[in-house]
Amino acid sequence: MATLKLEIVTPEKVAYSDDVDGVVIPGTEGEMGVLPMHIPLMTMIHPGEIVVTKGHEKKYLAVGEGFVTVDQHSVKVLTDMAIEWEAIDESAAEAAVKRAEEAMARKHELGSEESAAVQIALAKSLAQLHVKRRRRNV
Amino acid sequence: MAANTRDIRRRIKSVKNTSQITKAMQMVAAAKMRKAQQVAVAGRAYAELLARVLRSVAAGAEEGAHELLSAREVKKELVLVISTDKGLCGALNTNLLREVAKFDPAKTIFVACGRKGLQYLARTNRTIAAEFELRDAPGFLETKSVAKFCMDKFTSGEVDKVTVVFTDFVNTLTQTPKAKVILPIASLEVNVDISGTHETSSVPATAGDNVEYAFEPAIGAVLNAVLPHHVYFQVYQMVLDSRASEHSARMVAMKSATDNAKQLIKDLTLEYNKVRQAAITTELLEITTAQMALG
Repeated sequence: MATLKLEIVTPEKVAYSDDVDGVVIPGTEGEMGVLPMHIPLMTMIHPGEIVVTKGHEKKYLAVGEGFVTVDQHSVKVLTDMAIEWEAIDESAAEAAVKRAEEAMARKHELGSEESAAVQIALAKSLAQLHVKRRRRNV
Repeated sequence: MAANTRDIRRRIKSVKNTSQITKAMQMVAAAKMRKAQQVAVAGRAYAELLARVLRSVAAGAEEGAHELLSAREVKKELVLVISTDKGLCGALNTNLLREVAKFDPAKTIFVACGRKGLQYLARTNRTIAAEFELRDAPGFLETKSVAKFCMDKFTSGEVDKVTVVFTDFVNTLTQTPKAKVILPIASLEVNVDISGTHETSSVPATAGDNVEYAFEPAIGAVLNAVLPHHVYFQVYQMVLDSRASEHSARMVAMKSATDNAKQLIKDLTLEYNKVRQAAITTELLEITTAQMALG
């Protein structure tokens, strides 16, 4: 059976690289499942959850904003954050959410750059929490 | 004679102190250099992938599809100077600023990143549009605001070309100053080299490079997101390269300073011993002569 080569790359490191059977990515237009032999596609992603299927195993990663290129045999995810759900530190993420929300409350004091940055940070932390909690409750 | 030995002793002491300081700075620079190099190298996989994404996007987009891609007649240009904040790093800044001096002051406005560059620009009466201070280990967001400032100047039509002058990190002993045009994004082929990939890349080029991609949402939206991101990331990489260069240059400079100090201490000690011996000999001679005169 054909497989997909999935690569998830952040500015710090190559976060994930493996041959997989399928992957679900949080596209800007909604969740998108990608299987082998997909048409070449380029799209953007929101902070959210990537679900990787390999055989009977599933892996879950929280990712930030970024770009995805898909072709028949590979999926390349370019993002500013990628954490496997086991590695997510829930309390740290919660604290980050809290900090970001407090910062957003003082939004008018921040410049547009800063508030945009805070918003991104908030979305990323929320994505981490979301991924973590969902897995734990399964 | 006694005054002379005391002078030499004092000098030895002061040189010793200096060498201790340079030695400490060398150690600190070495540790920082390792860290900066790691960060600079770690970003390369991302940079290459981004370059490939960009190439594919550009292949699908028609000529002049985006304002960041279209070249205009250059009436005014902006130069971003990424220098160090502190000195004591050899000829690093001198070489860098020689590169800066090549730009025509009448047609160029400057953005300074780092205090040394700023001082130079102020001293030579260049037009300074802004100055940014970056931490020692700058985050992507910090450099992003620098890049955004430059990009805004470009999109508003105030300048027609943006060049970054930075120090490219080749290896610990070699750092070369470079001027790189980041806007307009001209030839996308060049972009493979953005991170200064001096080693062979780990990601081999695939046949996928020439595939025509479908875009979701429209190609315009992807371009709008990917092009600025590319510029931000390029600036980020250049800052990282400059930092790695700074620390290695400082380490090398401090190492030679320490070596020089050691040599100096050796010479001075020899001199001191000679003077001391001479003094003792003279004294003995005096005593013996006196005794002989008495005896």
